[in-house]
Amino acid sequence: MKILCAIKRVVDANVNVVVKSDGSGIDLTNVKMSVNPFCEIGVEQAIQLKEAGIADEIVAVSVGSTKTQEQVRVCLALGADRGIIVDAPDDLEPLSIAKILKAVYTKEQPQMVIFGKQSIDGDNSQTGQMFAALTDLPQATFASDLSVINNVATVVREVDGGLQTLEVPLPMVLTTDLRLNVPRFASLKNIMMSKRKQIDVLSTEEVGVVLERHTETLRVDRPPARSAGIVVDSIDELVSKLRNEAKVLP
Amino acid sequence: MSILVIADHDNSELKPVTRCTLKAASMLGEEIDVLVAGLECAPVVQSVVDLGVARTVLIADAPLFEHAIAENVAGLVLQLAPSYQHILSAHTTTGKNFLPRVAALLDMQMISDIVEVLDSNTFKRPVYAGNGIATVKSNNATKVLSVRGTAFDPIDSGTVSTETHKLDAATFADPSPTTYVKDELAQTERPELNSAKVVVSGGRALGSSESFALLEELADTLGAAVGASRAAVDAGYVPNDMQVGQTGKIVAPELYIAVGISGAIQHLAGMKDSKVIVAINSDPEAPIFQLADYGLVADLFEVIPEFIRLIQENS
Repeated sequence: MKILCAIKRVVDANVNVVVKSDGSGIDLTNVKMSVNPFCEIGVEQAIQLKEAGIADEIVAVSVGSTKTQEQVRVCLALGADRGIIVDAPDDLEPLSIAKILKAVYTKEQPQMVIFGKQSIDGDNSQTGQMFAALTDLPQATFASDLSVINNVATVVREVDGGLQTLEVPLPMVLTTDLRLNVPRFASLKNIMMSKRKQIDVLSTEEVGVVLERHTETLRVDRPPARSAGIVVDSIDELVSKLRNEAKVLP
Repeated sequence: MSILVIADHDNSELKPVTRCTLKAASMLGEEIDVLVAGLECAPVVQSVVDLGVARTVLIADAPLFEHAIAENVAGLVLQLAPSYQHILSAHTTTGKNFLPRVAALLDMQMISDIVEVLDSNTFKRPVYAGNGIATVKSNNATKVLSVRGTAFDPIDSGTVSTETHKLDAATFADPSPTTYVKDELAQTERPELNSAKVVVSGGRALGSSESFALLEELADTLGAAVGASRAAVDAGYVPNDMQVGQTGKIVAPELYIAVGISGAIQHLAGMKDSKVIVAINSDPEAPIFQLADYGLVADLFEVIPEFIRLIQENS
């Protein structure tokens, strides 16, 4: 089967992001960018399915500026077979991304489409579910375990109270949670080989999606600052402060 | 125009977070309807009626809604959507699962995880693990919103007399091809993590799942819920549903006690709105001390038993 992995270029998880003082957004100048960690888990899952003989082709797709080449190339080095970039502004809304990916899905006809459960920049947790709705596919979100037998995916989902197991017939949409797998590192050999793999760049006109904005971000502010309090010398002092000063203990 | 709130429940109990969602809804208008979709969920319906804040409880009681399969719930909400200007659910794993589907099928851009209502179109929400707070305005006719429970106080009981309206099963769409297999839910007598008044969380420094028993003892002494950092969950000390952070649970208790947690940005995103933060860590350089109200540099294995004794002494 063919797997489509949707990936997003985001600020690296280890970067300390800074809100611009004029409230216009996050300062992204000279900041390290990476594949969204949850998307990387998705690519790893696809590779494991290919190694298990269940998948035969992995296509990594991203919607964004041509700078996204770098992140798609990382996915190819990890083990995806080819890449697709739909050239579009970097700040698209999840609904627009879902519409574009629907057009790619219609053309590629994969049996499984894997998303990260959320991107670590927008923190929306919407795109996979929106895509599933637009393509009328069943979904299994927040997956922490997956097996595929006879065109049915058995998925263990991380839910608030614990775990839920679903059986979802293919074609289906999966969104990954942290503990689905631990992504591998690309070997030097694979990084070299990935340079020969193909990345197709399409325009939004070519995929036939008209972009429109539904929301406006008026401003982005720093959250209310929390300053360091005091360091106490002993557990007796701590308990006493919590009782008499903070009044949070009986 | 009115507001639809989808209740979070497990067929027998209305989840406390629903009252927080209702609080956000009450800031948008007075005509609030609550949808209870489930199977044999009469106690949930009764809880909503008893709250006295909703105009109507819409009841969809059928096997296809028993496990809140996203496709089924989304299809139902979609049918109800034309009567509403705002559609809200909690930003829980249930709400996050079906609500984006509803928004996409309505061709509306959902706004996730709102923490403040500015007016009927404009909301604040955290981005970049809470390092930024975005003010977002919706230009859509229907506002589809998921609500961060900890950012809104539970709504007070009111005196509205709530009607119940059972939806006609014949109008329900065909169920999803997905089959529910099972739930493995944590069995605990402790309060729920996301609504507890006190949370005790442990990190990698605990070193083993056995050591977590010490934290559990402290938690039980304080009537607290137990949380964990991602490092402790990844190390297998505790199950995933205990993870506090950007991608786990968001908590904002009166008192948050971080034990052996260094304080990665992703963890801070899940707890920094707590009223009082206590950090106990042997490393004086741990970032958690930067935002703790009270810090104690100490070996947790020495001070936690003492902590428990001091609390017990007083009770």
